[in-house]
Amino acid sequence: MPWDLDNNRPIYIQIMERIQLDIISGVYKPGDRLPSVRELALQAAVNPNTMQKALSELERSGIVYSKRTSGRLITEDESMLNHLKTELAEEHIHVFLEKMDKLGFSKEEILALTQEQLKEAK
Amino acid sequence: MNPILECYGLTKSYNKMYNALHNLNLTLDRGQIIGLLGPNGSGKTTFIKLLNDVLIPTQGEIRINGMTPGVETKKIVSYLPERTYLDETMKVKDIIQYFSDFYDNFSDERAYQMLDDLQIDTNARLKTLSKGTKEKVQLILVMSRDADLYVLDEPIGGVDPAARDYILSTILNNYNEKAAILISTHLIQDIENILDRVLFIKQGQLVLNATVDEIRTEQGKSVDALFREVFRC
Repeated sequence: MPWDLDNNRPIYIQIMERIQLDIISGVYKPGDRLPSVRELALQAAVNPNTMQKALSELERSGIVYSKRTSGRLITEDESMLNHLKTELAEEHIHVFLEKMDKLGFSKEEILALTQEQLKEAK
Repeated sequence: MNPILECYGLTKSYNKMYNALHNLNLTLDRGQIIGLLGPNGSGKTTFIKLLNDVLIPTQGEIRINGMTPGVETKKIVSYLPERTYLDETMKVKDIIQYFSDFYDNFSDERAYQMLDDLQIDTNARLKTLSKGTKEKVQLILVMSRDADLYVLDEPIGGVDPAARDYILSTILNNYNEKAAILISTHLIQDIENILDRVLFIKQGQLVLNATVDEIRTEQGKSVDALFREVFRC
């Protein structure tokens, strides 16, 4: 199954997001080896150079690192992973808050509604 | 490595009044998958035919791996024309043999693997196959060569979406750093994710040469959306 990518945002950024999510959600564990560029490009049905760029960017951020003989590995730095997890959560919350604001809810109302929903979810 | 394709002032006119291609300048590096995009009659097929020595330029020059199109370039360019030139009374397996005899860089093994994946009967005569299946056979022939430049004129137009996915993954599978793949198509949305770069041709002239992610970053829209805007009727 090709990855579900949307049409208007740069492809390499979406690939980075997808791999970050896979790391946070445990599809890849700390210290795991990532599949090769070619394998990942085929999996995602994207251009190999685009995949290469996404992986280089992830490497630059430190979330993956390369070892000369064994390809790219997921970082074992727990604090970095936790930091990334918080960052992703904050992004989702920002999007949510923006939408609620558009619907005309005040901060207090948003908080109250969210608490209510959380209670029901339990 | 040297560029796989260079064009300088490339012009083709079919009569004195009208240039199908006008002063096209272009350099393409290896290791890329490139989309050749433009509306009907914009000069895509003329350009492709010039690359393959099917047409002769009126003016300007083409260099493929440093050589003018001819016998030597045909050894390293694998070309899928928009219309078939195969003898329709031949059986699929005989066509494979034919290609294998003809081209040094043809891999029988790769061809049979793909025919098997797509469940195509190798004992069938070409004329008994559906339009879509014929297209698949032709694409298999072209992709089974180890070429430096693949030139595909509308490779996915007539095939179903599932086969389209298979063809795209075949193209990706075949990707290597020394080769370039030039694909002309109208089905932009289907191939956008596998492209490095797109070329927009409008009335015989190159109006855009950019990577897919450059377009998305700078314009905030897909290549497909940009195409619809640039070529709005």
